[in-house]
Amino acid sequence: MTPKVSLRGVTKSFGANTVLRDLSLDVAAGEVVSLIGASGSGKTTILRCINLLEQIDDGAVLLDGDEISAIGRDPNPVRRRVGIVFQSFNLFPHMSVTRNITLALTKVLGLDGEAAAQRATELLARFGLAEKADVYPDQLSGGQQQRVAIIRALAMQPEVLLLDEITSALDPELVGEVLDVVRELKGSGITLLIATHEMAFAREISDRVCFLHAGSVAEIGTPSEVFGAPRDERTQQFLRRVRSN
Amino acid sequence: MALELHRRAGHQPRLTSRQEHERRQRRRSSFIAATSTFVVLVAVVVFIPRMPRWDRVKKSFFDVDQMRDSFPRLIDAFWLDVKIFAWTTPAIFIAALLIALARNSRSPALFPVRMLAAAYTDVMRGVPVILWIYLVGFGVPGLGLERPFNSPLLWGSVALGMTYSGYVAEVFRAGIDSVHESQRAAARSLGLSSTQTMRHVVLPQAIRRVVPPLLNDMVSLQKDVALVSLIGPIEILRQAGIDKAKFANFTPYVVAALIFLSVTIPLTRLTDYLWHRERRRTGGTQVAA
Ligand SMILES: Nc1ncnc2c1ncn2[C@@H]1O[C@H](COP(=O)(O)OP(=O)(O)OP(=O)(O)O)[C@@H](O)[C@H]1O
Ligand SMILES: [Mg+2]
Repeated sequence: MTPKVSLRGVTKSFGANTVLRDLSLDVAAGEVVSLIGASGSGKTTILRCINLLEQIDDGAVLLDGDEISAIGRDPNPVRRRVGIVFQSFNLFPHMSVTRNITLALTKVLGLDGEAAAQRATELLARFGLAEKADVYPDQLSGGQQQRVAIIRALAMQPEVLLLDEITSALDPELVGEVLDVVRELKGSGITLLIATHEMAFAREISDRVCFLHAGSVAEIGTPSEVFGAPRDERTQQFLRRVRSN
Repeated sequence: MALELHRRAGHQPRLTSRQEHERRQRRRSSFIAATSTFVVLVAVVVFIPRMPRWDRVKKSFFDVDQMRDSFPRLIDAFWLDVKIFAWTTPAIFIAALLIALARNSRSPALFPVRMLAAAYTDVMRGVPVILWIYLVGFGVPGLGLERPFNSPLLWGSVALGMTYSGYVAEVFRAGIDSVHESQRAAARSLGLSSTQTMRHVVLPQAIRRVVPPLLNDMVSLQKDVALVSLIGPIEILRQAGIDKAKFANFTPYVVAALIFLSVTIPLTRLTDYLWHRERRRTGGTQVAA
């Protein structure tokens, strides 16, 4: 079966700094894959390359076997199918929660205002934010903001959702409510690619875990393989370091 | 800790000792401010009239009869300032926004547009306003255009608009630059085009942030309108000059200054108020004393 998302020999540099080196990774439809690895190992960059927020230097990124990284391709149709949620939420501060969600529904998907608002209302209700529909982002807690950001991405009904350390900017007591949203998404058919420092969560939610080292995949396998019996020496070191903290 | 204090204060009406202290401090500050203001006022009222030449100054600058006589003429002339201001301001904002957007374009094909916009703002801001008014206000009508296109009033306003659009474009550009890249990334990641991103996400935030500096520029513009008088139109400054010459008395200038102040001071206060509100709103936590 064609993988949903496929990176083939992807290389990406920022100036002289090569961030991704000949990286290959396949993610099946509906699969949940976590990207773990030290800071600077390239997790964010991978996600941004899949969403075409960054251009790769070599290799190919495929969505359903279709080369979306091809030169000169319009990124907008791809972005409709691949959503991303950022570490720092990036909600639009001058728009209400509902408007944050409906903006792209109306401007990109062409929904009329009523249909868009209805979709927003439904999603907000589903994730326990119904009463926040009309407030502005700065009146929300960090956890609520991040849940709205997830809803904003979900409202586009993407096939793939990229989550970039979505709990790193949160106070510990707010992490749970955001992770609950992700738990609910698993099994809904959406393909999830999660960059995370939350090892326990990665272990719990992932079908497979991918350990990155210096821009390449050092080890990939089921959570019990990677966390339980890591084969690669660098994975072992990394996990030891993380656990001793 | 602070949060807890706050919460406790919300529940009980009785003041904590810290709040007592702050209230005493505030009262003391107001008292000092009031006393010093009083002392300064007394000094002005008592000592200035005792200056040796005060009588002459009073007669040639603060002549009450002269004020009464000039005031209606000056107000009439001021109406022209207001009109010039009213028709240049929207033109300035529109031109400035277009220039700022041109400077912010990223497409390589638009490189010449970016260059031109940059050159325009540099040239406009690099020459004193008054020089532009002379050059354009005398120069263009000198080409021998037909009425009404030979009016110095028209070209003086155009010159004013040209220079100010250079300044205001820079304000807009600073506003656009101040919107964090992550906002663009978020919008683009949802599939919005770069134009949609600019229009719905970047510009609304940018403009909100630059309202205070824009008002600042409007206060300056309001004053610089008087410069157009130097090429002919009888607006307030020129009318004051005429009156001064006729009556050999400087009072009309003082009246003109007061008329300007009656417009610029409220505008300036409004600007300050908006600055503060913006600072509070963007979470700039205020440091205690
Ligand atoms: N826009 C950029 N310009 C230059 N260098 C960049 C840029 N974005 C990322 N990098 C560099 O690429 C490398 C990988 O960054 P990336 O953000 O992908 O790491 P990460 O694994 O997500 O790290 P973290 O866990 O800290 O988020 C880093 O060395 C970083 O400095
Ligand atoms: Mg990262």
